[in-house]
Amino acid sequence: MAEVVVGKDKCGEQRIVSLPLSRIRVIMKSSPEVSSINQEALVLTAKATELFVQYLATYSYRHGSGKEKKVLTYSDLANTAEESETFQFLTDILPKKILASKYLKMLKEEKGEEDEENDNDNERDHDEAES
Amino acid sequence: MAERPEDLNLPNAVITRIIKEAVSSSGGAKEGAGGKQVLDRQLCLPPVSSQLPDGVNISKEARSAISRAASVFVLYATSCANNFAMKGKRKTLNASDVLSAMEEMEFQRFVTPLKEALEAYRREQKGKKEASEQKKKDKDKKTDSEEQDKSRDEDNDEDEERLEEEEQNEEEEVDN
Repeated sequence: MAEVVVGKDKCGEQRIVSLPLSRIRVIMKSSPEVSSINQEALVLTAKATELFVQYLATYSYRHGSGKEKKVLTYSDLANTAEESETFQFLTDILPKKILASKYLKMLKEEKGEEDEENDNDNERDHDEAES
Repeated sequence: MAERPEDLNLPNAVITRIIKEAVSSSGGAKEGAGGKQVLDRQLCLPPVSSQLPDGVNISKEARSAISRAASVFVLYATSCANNFAMKGKRKTLNASDVLSAMEEMEFQRFVTPLKEALEAYRREQKGKKEASEQKKKDKDKKTDSEEQDKSRDEDNDEDEERLEEEEQNEEEEVDN
């Protein structure tokens, strides 16, 4: 007999889906051009989302470096989004992170280049002003 | 309808539970947190890939990132399913649209477990319907007795016809 993933809610009853359908519906309705949603479609979308969560978690863990410490980290997820074609639609919301210090350094370097040019111009003006 | 940003997020507790359910070893009944039994969670996926090993932790950041990813997934799936509905000149998204969307998005691995979930859901709905029909009949039986016998038989026939029609309709939806 086919088995389905079931979870138990607070009442201890079996459910086919754990995620709240009302919330899923809100997200679905926020999509433009969607007029109405059949109840079965709602249930299937919720179920698919659960499967997706599990898949993303296990995939990221297996391919990530966090498994050395037995922890699933954000960078595991960001790597997955970047490297796996299947999860590429997530790259915008799971960007790779750089240290703030590195970013500030990058900004400084860019600004430094601009400043050099400005300084050269200023010196010329200054000299001209003085003489 | 104005939605606040948090309305588009999924509840953290449920997301955590779903991830954790992927953590425990596959197969068999297991005691989850709080002594609740979690039943067999065979996903019909290749055995190796579906489960995180025992004792793996998930950072808070990772958890909220997965939650955001799930919301994006819903949007992506909805938009994709909607394309199929529009192709079929329908305004209502149905189950087969969602299944087609999964294939389109390259999540074929989800199709079989989704179909099973759909069957389970339909059985459940049918059971509920029959249970409430039965309750209604019992109630009618209690309130009036003698003359109701004749009209009750007529009601039964009508109900059966309606049930059959609805079953046919469901089948038609699947064919679509």
